[in-house]
Amino acid sequence: MRDPRTVLRRALLLAPTGLTLFVFMVIPMGLMGWMSVLEPDTYGGVRWHALSLDAYVQFWYERDLDDSLILNTAYMEIFLRSFLLAGFATLATLVLGFPTALYIALQDERTRQRLILLISIPFWTNLLVRTYAWMLLLRNGGLIDSGLGALGLGSGALDVLYTPTAVAIGFVYSFLPFMVLPIYTSLEKMDWRLVEAAFDLGANRWTALRRVVLPMALPGIAAGCLLVFIPALGSYYIPELLGGGKSLMIGNLIQNQFGTARNWPFGAALSFTLLALVLLAMIVYTRRFRQAPGE
Amino acid sequence: MKTAALLPRLVLSAALLAPFCAHAAGEVNLYNWSDYIPQPLLKRFEKETGIKVNLDVYESNESLLAKLKAGATGYDVVVPSDYMVKIMIDEKLLERIDAGKLSNFSRVMAPLDKPAFDPRREYSAPYMWGVTGFTYDSSRVPGGKLDESWKSFFEPPAALKGKVVALNDANELYNAASIYLKVDPCSEDPKVARQVQDLLLRQKPMLAMYNSDGTIERMQAREVIMHQQWNGAAYRTREKLKSAVFVYPREGIPFWNDNFVVPRGAKNRDNALKFINWMMEPRNIAEASNFTGYNNAIKGSDQFFKADLRADPAINPPAELRKRFVPNKVCSQKATQLRDRVWTNLKK
Repeated sequence: MRDPRTVLRRALLLAPTGLTLFVFMVIPMGLMGWMSVLEPDTYGGVRWHALSLDAYVQFWYERDLDDSLILNTAYMEIFLRSFLLAGFATLATLVLGFPTALYIALQDERTRQRLILLISIPFWTNLLVRTYAWMLLLRNGGLIDSGLGALGLGSGALDVLYTPTAVAIGFVYSFLPFMVLPIYTSLEKMDWRLVEAAFDLGANRWTALRRVVLPMALPGIAAGCLLVFIPALGSYYIPELLGGGKSLMIGNLIQNQFGTARNWPFGAALSFTLLALVLLAMIVYTRRFRQAPGE
Repeated sequence: MKTAALLPRLVLSAALLAPFCAHAAGEVNLYNWSDYIPQPLLKRFEKETGIKVNLDVYESNESLLAKLKAGATGYDVVVPSDYMVKIMIDEKLLERIDAGKLSNFSRVMAPLDKPAFDPRREYSAPYMWGVTGFTYDSSRVPGGKLDESWKSFFEPPAALKGKVVALNDANELYNAASIYLKVDPCSEDPKVARQVQDLLLRQKPMLAMYNSDGTIERMQAREVIMHQQWNGAAYRTREKLKSAVFVYPREGIPFWNDNFVVPRGAKNRDNALKFINWMMEPRNIAEASNFTGYNNAIKGSDQFFKADLRADPAINPPAELRKRFVPNKVCSQKATQLRDRVWTNLKK
């Protein structure tokens, strides 16, 4: 028998969380979902009673001159580019971040704290400011360009700024801490006697890393990947500033619909599609990593 | 006992409230673009009229529209651009103020005395105007001079590859391309949109980037050689780069202007009208021009301009160049979406 007072207390304790989720998640998302199946109003906004699935059709097809639907790959290409860039950022930060986290975890207590502090220093200033700083560093005649020239290594023009390379540099720089910190957290708790045991059982360093350390770090790696992938997917001013605005990202695309294009339903539909894709990634993640090895 | 204690408190609260009451009778709430009106000018208005100006700022016409549509109150004067005035009139967001009948309105010069978006000036009065052309560094182009045509910008000489920048603004780029191709920028015909798209796609490999921020610094740092630019920015570019030339292409140049309007339900309507009329005095509007680097529509204001501003053909063009102005239009929903598709295809 459940005590009704316990039930009531539980409900009351959960109420603030539930209310917050309802007001700040369910309502806005419901609004967005509803907006995505309405007709756009002439000057932005929507016609609240005119249902239409045009926004979702527009994602795949465009109307030809004779009003027939033809496949339009533009929006898919933009989605694909955003996913590829975010995927690259995830992979690159993982390759750089894992050894870093491992190194930090192997230091003594005081050194560890100092190194973690160093990792967190970039967060003290705004990301936009730091991106502008990269523009100054990377541009022709900038610090890196003239530095290489002074060493006799540069040929005068670096020509990196406003290319995909600059975007990649910006992504790796901005998101690296988000990869290092969760991996470090999972390695910090590790029982290093397991590695010694592996050595005793004849494992070499590589096998020990692969069979013992890596599995223990897996939850951290997974968390780091999510923390990098999702913000990278939505990020648009790094490509805009460092890439020279030559190609749209999902973020720009959505912003345009609510601004100059005056097509709010399409903007809402794009947001909803993005949400669905991210949700899918989250489901895959929780299924795959729900049980961390060793627990 | 009780009343004795109450009295000083009442006096005190009355004394505290007094200054607020005094101001409530004489204030006007101005909502303007950021960095678009000098503070000393507002102070002078306050001194001359006793009306206090409260300034709040925004960044884009679209955000202004969204705010007014959402029912923002508390603004008495806002400053939308040409096409946005038309939208706001259509959406019934504005008070009818008959600006055309204000005492200083007779000083307003053509074409802004009867603009297409508000032909009888029932809702709006002019503030600044400008044009969007392009600037090049004459010291670094082949022959030291480029043709006064949009061709120079859309199909630049091969030597300029990777040294040209277009504004990261669908409307500005689409309008300029339409003028060059001599097609209607608001056309609903997909074939016309295709022509514009082809031109922009051909231009893209020549461009270093699409960017609307930092146009002045980029030219001054000699990072690029040509930049689509507003004439006010071109004027400020030349302060440090004397070889910069601003072009009024002979095919025509997009002409835009910002206007004072009064949102529906404004609380200080009379003060708003006083402010708008005061701003149409040559000396007052000239002070704003000296600050923004943009020209205005008031006859006789240029005698109060800074010397270099008055002498700059980009800012103060002769009548000959003024014939090239092409005012912005409000496009239909269909044309707007066509435009957005071109923009998406350009950047996919």
